[in-house]
Amino acid sequence: MKAAVITFPGSNCDRDLAVAFDKAGATVTRVWHKDAGLPDGTDIVAIPGGFSFGDYLRCGAIAAQSPVAAAIKAHADRGGYVLGICNGFQVLTETGLLPGALMRNAGLKFVCKTVTLTVATRDSAYTNGWAKGDRVRIPVAHHDGNYTIDADGLARLKDEDRIAFTYAENPNGSTADIAGVLSANRRVLGMMPHPERVIEDAQGGADGSVLFRSLISAMAAA
Amino acid sequence: MQEPAITPDLISAHGLKPDEYARILEIIGREPSFTELGIFSAMWNEHCSYKSSKKWLRTLPTTGPQVICGPGENAGVVDIGDNQAVIFKMESHNHPSYIEPHQGAATGVGGILRDVFTMGARPIAAMDSLSFGLPSHPKTAHLVKGVVEGVGSYGNCFGVPNVGGEVRFHASYNGNCLVNAFAAGLADADKIFYSAASGVGMPVVYLGAKTGRDGVGGATMASAEFDDTIEEKRPTVQVGDPFTEKRLLEACLELMASDSVISIQDMGAAGLTCSAVEMGDKGGLGIQLKLDDVPQRETNMTAYEMMLSESQERMLMVLKPEREAVARAIFEKWDLDFAIVGETIAEDRFLILHGNEVKADLPLSKLSSSAPEYDRPWVETPAAAALKDAPQIDPIAGLRALIGSPNYAHKGWVWEQYDTQVMADTIRTPGLGAGVVRVHDTGKALAFTSDVTPRYVRANPVEGGKQAVAEAYRNLTAVGAVPLATTDNMNFGNPEKPEIMGQFVGAIKGIGEACVALDMPIVSGNVSLYNETDGKGILPTPTIGAVGLLKSLDELIAGQPQDGDAAVVIGRTDGHLGQSALLAEAFGREDGDAPHVDLAAEKRNGDFLRANRKLIRAATDLSDGGLALAAFEMAEGAGLGVTLDPGETAFLFGEDQARYLVALRQSDIAALSAAAQAAGVPLALVGRFGGDTVTLGAASAPLGELSTLYRTAFAAAVA
Repeated sequence: MKAAVITFPGSNCDRDLAVAFDKAGATVTRVWHKDAGLPDGTDIVAIPGGFSFGDYLRCGAIAAQSPVAAAIKAHADRGGYVLGICNGFQVLTETGLLPGALMRNAGLKFVCKTVTLTVATRDSAYTNGWAKGDRVRIPVAHHDGNYTIDADGLARLKDEDRIAFTYAENPNGSTADIAGVLSANRRVLGMMPHPERVIEDAQGGADGSVLFRSLISAMAAA
Repeated sequence: MQEPAITPDLISAHGLKPDEYARILEIIGREPSFTELGIFSAMWNEHCSYKSSKKWLRTLPTTGPQVICGPGENAGVVDIGDNQAVIFKMESHNHPSYIEPHQGAATGVGGILRDVFTMGARPIAAMDSLSFGLPSHPKTAHLVKGVVEGVGSYGNCFGVPNVGGEVRFHASYNGNCLVNAFAAGLADADKIFYSAASGVGMPVVYLGAKTGRDGVGGATMASAEFDDTIEEKRPTVQVGDPFTEKRLLEACLELMASDSVISIQDMGAAGLTCSAVEMGDKGGLGIQLKLDDVPQRETNMTAYEMMLSESQERMLMVLKPEREAVARAIFEKWDLDFAIVGETIAEDRFLILHGNEVKADLPLSKLSSSAPEYDRPWVETPAAAALKDAPQIDPIAGLRALIGSPNYAHKGWVWEQYDTQVMADTIRTPGLGAGVVRVHDTGKALAFTSDVTPRYVRANPVEGGKQAVAEAYRNLTAVGAVPLATTDNMNFGNPEKPEIMGQFVGAIKGIGEACVALDMPIVSGNVSLYNETDGKGILPTPTIGAVGLLKSLDELIAGQPQDGDAAVVIGRTDGHLGQSALLAEAFGREDGDAPHVDLAAEKRNGDFLRANRKLIRAATDLSDGGLALAAFEMAEGAGLGVTLDPGETAFLFGEDQARYLVALRQSDIAALSAAAQAAGVPLALVGRFGGDTVTLGAASAPLGELSTLYRTAFAAAVA
């Protein structure tokens, strides 16, 4: 599997995400945001956490106008996989690849801690390594992770089983405790928690490795 | 533009004493221009010149086989094997943080990160040691909120994990908070970048963000006492942009990998002036700068303003001329300024040109080497009287007094605002003792801690200085690390007062002795004096930042106690209550002598703990709050109760040094006892972990209730 990890100016989890894909067995290429195209044969685009363009204007808003953003959209439109974590999730809502928006945390403070997530669907390449209802421990670290969506949008996410993860204890005020959502074709995932930070026991837990491994086996099977 | 005339008032406003001005006249043989006066003021203030402290700093141990580069560069460099080095330093940003807490703290973090990456290291860990006034003081809540936000906003965006630190409250900081920021980075030992320029006619290149008027005169401000005019000083605080710093980091590391750099220096205090003089002076060269070429974000800036601006996220580099195109392309990629603003020259001159005028023409080597140096009068701190009466307290009431105080309560409110896991190498997050970060892509790890107990230092500067180092040694040891080296951030009051200078001299003596005995040389540091408001000084606060090495993760002690584990104290307990946390928090008393530090016992007990780590499930050092607080913290963190059999106040809350509390399987007690006997290390079985009750002697309370108090007290005090 070929993963393209994007770096925007201000990305700071790009290396961590590349390491997680590499350890799971993917071939990783690092892609600079000014590149207008993705490497040939890219299976999945990974948009890392961080503070792209300093969070100026709105988190993810300027990155969504970057040359590489058009290539990511085209990749998604072709049915390609896209994973956005933290700031990457914000970029995905700003590009319109995922619905909703990430607002300032309800507590108005940056929050970094390991939280318990509930796997809300196993019907995706990202989550089929778990059973629905599994509890997993993955850290969050963000100032703007309060997932917000209107009632119709929420109903649609629920009807289509597109909520990937929910918080057991909501750390940021997200609507319906949502921690991650899938696109309609289930190939684009945005999530605020950082699975790339918990891929081996030395990091205090390895729950995140399940996501990367199941993604790779799903793609190998495809 | 007409420059102001040099008058006695103007000289004094620049913080220059009459005899210092006389020295300027002697050096240049004429009256200085306004710009030149500003340059001298920036170079000769306490913050940049260490003029009051140099004599004593020279006495510190700074060498050892592990030391690659000691004090004098931007940060200290220490060998960690395999051609790798850890580069670290701690620095204060006290005065700016008091004036504007968010930006003051943020730029403190930004400054220390630049000190580390200007040497070629990628920052991998940060810590922050914070001291505030009493929670009841009207400014405190505002300062705590702003400083914590500022530290978080900068480090989180930059992308360095915050792995530890301290937060304390004391009335002496009411008008003068302390913000001490630590950063450590990793580099290849043979690819360290230094500040000494070499070669004549080499281009001097300005990198990073543009220059504005922010922070003009900041270093001079940082060396002045505060008074009622403080609000007028707000414009001297710099504004930080961590997004630019992150790009500057990546661009600098790319640049350094491209074989283009002769020398490089970050622009910190006194910006362009200090960085240019530093590079020229270390290389025995002169520097000529053409200020018209300096990237500026404001119009009509004067030479004086540009030379003294403390705009953030800037670097000055001496470039290999043939590499200009490569270097320029890297900075253009990251959308950062790259401008050739001058060149190295053979003569000993600091020549500043602006428009068609010479704004300054000074002998460069005199600016730092001829800076005044004082042997300030000092008096030894009188010996503290021993505690007259040691009070008794119900042990649970004593514990409640501690964990209900913001000084000893759970600090999650603070560190949850910091990204503690970015870079995905954090092995041990803040909380109990040292933070641990893996050396990326190796089996090694580094441990970080910052420690000082200012009450001890006030009562007994020598023992207090020793204790700060000893506690750092123990915190590193308790996670299984071998202590490597130390950085010191000396925060004191007005050095012109002999009793304050006496505190400084005593603390340096104690720190030096401990660093020698424990083999933790000082490799970098910072001095912050004049921490006084309206004539009242802070508690002397020599913050010790220390780094330890784990050659393999097998050496790590990071477990938690488990139900049924034995609680064992390593080291001798006498029950020293003088200057203790219990006296301060439960009785409002700050009397008695500081606990004395037996450095040989520290070394012996530390070596013993590391040698027997296989028998130990979890360990913590015993420091302020004593056994009762440490046992509670360790148990609470594991979600367990704890029972300590002894009930005497002095045993439970005494602060004797050279001690650890460890948790181990009951079946391992015999083996650890035998090893202790063989090593001559005192060891005492004091209780066990488990259940859902905290029992201290005859008193007990439900864990849940104490846990709630412990985890809510901090926010309740400052929110």
